[in-house]
Amino acid sequence: MRMRTVGYFFRESFRSLWKNGWMSIASISTVAISLLILGISLLLVMNSNNLVTTMESELEVLVAMRTDIDAKQIQAVGDKLRSHSKVNEVTFVSKNEAMATMKKQLGDRSDMFKALGDANPFPDMYRVKAKDPNDVSSLAEEFNKYPGVEKVRYGQGFVEKLLSLTEWIRMVGLSIMFLIGAASVFLISTTIRLTVFARRKEINIMKFVGATNWFIRWPFLLEGTFLGLFGSLIAVGLLYGIYAPVTTYVESSLPFVPLRSDASFLMTIFEIVMGTGILIGAMGSVISLRKFLKV
Amino acid sequence: MSNNLLMGVVIFMIQMFNVSKTYSNEVKALVDVNVRIQKGSFVFLVGPSGAGKSTFIKLIFREEAPTRGQILFDGKSLVRMREREVPYLRRQIGVVFQDFRLLPNKTIYDNIAFAMEIVEAPTKRIRQRVPQVLEMVGLGKKGNLMPHQLSGGEQQRVSIARAIVNEPMLIIADEPTGNLDPETATEIMNLLLEINRRGTTIIMATHAKDIVDSLRRRVIALENGRIVRDEERGSYEQGSSASLPGSLAQGGYIQPGGTVLPGNNSQSLYSLQERGALR
Repeated sequence: MRMRTVGYFFRESFRSLWKNGWMSIASISTVAISLLILGISLLLVMNSNNLVTTMESELEVLVAMRTDIDAKQIQAVGDKLRSHSKVNEVTFVSKNEAMATMKKQLGDRSDMFKALGDANPFPDMYRVKAKDPNDVSSLAEEFNKYPGVEKVRYGQGFVEKLLSLTEWIRMVGLSIMFLIGAASVFLISTTIRLTVFARRKEINIMKFVGATNWFIRWPFLLEGTFLGLFGSLIAVGLLYGIYAPVTTYVESSLPFVPLRSDASFLMTIFEIVMGTGILIGAMGSVISLRKFLKV
Repeated sequence: MSNNLLMGVVIFMIQMFNVSKTYSNEVKALVDVNVRIQKGSFVFLVGPSGAGKSTFIKLIFREEAPTRGQILFDGKSLVRMREREVPYLRRQIGVVFQDFRLLPNKTIYDNIAFAMEIVEAPTKRIRQRVPQVLEMVGLGKKGNLMPHQLSGGEQQRVSIARAIVNEPMLIIADEPTGNLDPETATEIMNLLLEINRRGTTIIMATHAKDIVDSLRRRVIALENGRIVRDEERGSYEQGSSASLPGSLAQGGYIQPGGTVLPGNNSQSLYSLQERGALR
């Protein structure tokens, strides 16, 4: 293909974008809106996934020992926990350590422990991390039967709720994305069809002068692709404009919510959004081009 | 096909063997057509509307494929031709329509250059060739005008320039004078004759009795999809007795204001000249 021909394709597609004016703007806006929703759902899903992973990695089973057993028995339970095939990590927290931590956390109000005298209300305890967070509840049940174990605790119900929330966001996001995505493909194909219709004479002339089908297709394909590209650029701009202040706000006021804002993460999102935009544009034009080339 | 080749060169532009075309709605557009058109010839295709002239042209142009039979273009089968080869066939055929089909938003120059851009001709060649054909059709100074600024005859000249710019082997003219007054029609015919004289085969579908009768070229007459008449030096209707001097019949010109044509036929171009229609 000659460079001049490529230049011709680009010139033609831009000319047509300009000539279609409002129709182009409408298509670009629809693409932008659908991609904005795509971007927002992506951010929501990926962040909640991230949150789940973080939570899961922090998820532990607390195994509290009875106070009436001796150090040897405690040691035995510890060994048993460590040798369990589904257990990743076991940390022993003595009752003195637990007391010290609590006093530190309470700070000025640690006076209240004076009421207890020398007594330490905390039990000796093991913190157990499972290799797979999904095993947490079954492990907890198992540990509860070990001799010398007083009580077992873990974040009952919380994990399940978080996972189903993520799933819900993903489903709703996907369906909205799909609907608006279909709408933008439709709108782009209408725009291109309008162009094709306006230029049917020209296309007819091209056909009888001996233009190849691809020679005729390229400008329209480019036009659709540009509609998608411009739409996605707007979407990326808006997405950044919304997300950047949100992360700053969350970081300062809700520091325990781990929002991802690193460059590589944002780049991935933007790449997905732009790729989808270009794909939507190209698809829209291909759909409208299928019929008219039969001369 | 022993006489197809002469010293290894195909002498026929178009050959049709038992060609029939039936459209999907059972309309028999062409029935068992056999015809050979030599390279360099000038052929009139006549017949009433709906006789099959358009289908005949569409088959050559490979806009339609025949239902039965074989068509050869320059010795190559159009029946076996693949879809992606069609554009390259069309580059060897120039088409001129009754309604000119120029692009209204492009200048005359660009309308012609467009045909070359499409076949990806080098820019240098385009810059050289377009003025050349404009000059040839007598519009040397009008390249920068828009189509609507030209008269009908001038627009048809542009469309002829576009048809010949890629130097096709064959020109198909579908009623090229249909929208033109007799004087202008004569000018267009002279242009087509000149192109034919330079070696391009021309097939012209027409209803213009006076033109056919005065030029005395080969006439293929279609009726109800069949060839009912095929005469060298023929006339528009069977047994029409237009008489013309040999010079014109054998490749001469209609002389504007000329004296070559004796006028005993009221339909001849000569009579138009006498009435002062020709310059």
